[in-house]
Amino acid sequence: MPNSPDSPLKTYLDHLTRGELAYQFSPEAGRAVFYPRVICPFTGSDKLEWRISKGLGTVYATTIVHPAEGKPFNVALIDCDEGFRLMSRVEDIAPEQVRIGQRVRFRVHTPSGDDPYPVFTPAEGA
Amino acid sequence: MDGLKRGSAAIVGVAESDLGQVADGMSVTDLMAQGTRRALDDCGLSLKDIDGLFCATAQSRLSVLGFAEYLGIDPKFIGSTIVGGSSFEFHVAHAMGAIALGLCNVAVIAYGSTQRTIGRKQASVREVNPYETPFKPFLPSSAYALAASRHMHQFGTTREQLAAVAVAAREWALLNPKAWEKKPLSIADVLSSRMVSYPFTVRDCCLVTDGGGAIIVTSAERAKSLKKPPAYVLGCGHSVTHANITSMPDLTVTGALTSGKAAYAMAGLGPADVDAVELYDAFTINTILFLEDLGFCKKGEGGAFVSGGRIAPGGSLSVNTNGGGLSYCHPGMYGLLLLIEAVRQLRGECGARQVKDCEVAMAHGNGGVLSSQATVILGTPATL
Repeated sequence: MPNSPDSPLKTYLDHLTRGELAYQFSPEAGRAVFYPRVICPFTGSDKLEWRISKGLGTVYATTIVHPAEGKPFNVALIDCDEGFRLMSRVEDIAPEQVRIGQRVRFRVHTPSGDDPYPVFTPAEGA
Repeated sequence: MDGLKRGSAAIVGVAESDLGQVADGMSVTDLMAQGTRRALDDCGLSLKDIDGLFCATAQSRLSVLGFAEYLGIDPKFIGSTIVGGSSFEFHVAHAMGAIALGLCNVAVIAYGSTQRTIGRKQASVREVNPYETPFKPFLPSSAYALAASRHMHQFGTTREQLAAVAVAAREWALLNPKAWEKKPLSIADVLSSRMVSYPFTVRDCCLVTDGGGAIIVTSAERAKSLKKPPAYVLGCGHSVTHANITSMPDLTVTGALTSGKAAYAMAGLGPADVDAVELYDAFTINTILFLEDLGFCKKGEGGAFVSGGRIAPGGSLSVNTNGGGLSYCHPGMYGLLLLIEAVRQLRGECGARQVKDCEVAMAHGNGGVLSSQATVILGTPATL
């Protein structure tokens, strides 16, 4: 069997570069898998499909980090509607305004000289 | 734990190494060896009796090799399972199994950390996780803070209730001459301290100290003829639910539910039988979660349970009687010190903080970010 041409991480980052939040779906388990990997943690199967999230989710847990230097910032766990959870932050509002149960929408953040990553913004009514 | 026999092994010697801030240049192996020497003196065994060697530390990749070299022994059995602060509760079960199989007869379990003298960044190098690191969580604090946020949301737990855990730990610490913290602490003090990762202030977080120690485990047969009454291993259980906080299935339910059930089943005991409860309090939420998951109160009621001095000296349940990781000592991986305190409580050696008529004691270790849980139930000879 030839080596895999791409790592799960590379595929994930390539999608993010195109503005897409990608996750895996396990047909045998009938559920989403995240973070991306080479086998399904529910069945052990290596049959995993890549799918693109609609980018809507709900804040599951939240904290405000108070760094030794600089302003406090949010770190949150987001439950995406497709049934996977990821770490991220909610932007465009003060960190203390982020609340559990809040609806949020994905966008890409691209730091200069570094890999892109997904962040979220409030999406009331979504 | 299936396959282990209740009371077939015992902890016979225990000792801390130097604690708090140790001398400059002291190595983790120096501290493990110091703990070993003192634990051997505690039980009357000698270095040549040791044929099983266990240790874990974040500061040395091949720690058990360095430890064996330092002691000048070629042990029959070694173990260096490292799953964070609960590693040593795992080691107890592994040592018990090895002793039962005849793979070794006298096992040392040791730990050492110099994280305070050399700095946390040197002592515990952070691994990069491409799915978490970009968001700069202050780990491990932020992971436990996320769990606290869920507990507060689902059950109405308050910051004052979290603070009550820190206050109770401090009251116990004031009864322990070896505790790092020496001054009283109030709920208001906890709430007004420097915020670290909401809802935690620095007083909701464990200390950053040096320290370590060793315990000696042997067969029930061998244990009978040693210096002090054995602390028999009545029950063990463990659970590994995740490594990173994003993958924890439910942030309000820990693997202590599984590890506790296994330990109780092996011991034939329940929460009502436990006289001294030593829980890994890396953060104030830990004590609440573990009291719930180990059956001392119902899920969601931990916040109310710890309030009003119920787990403080003189309260209805004796929890973290040495002052805990919050006020006594937290050298990076604190689990070994839980076992030492549990044994001392069973022996009646704890002076002002001694739990009356202590026959059964629990040491519950936690590792990673609520990731690995291991419960050890110990008992006096009367419980066999």
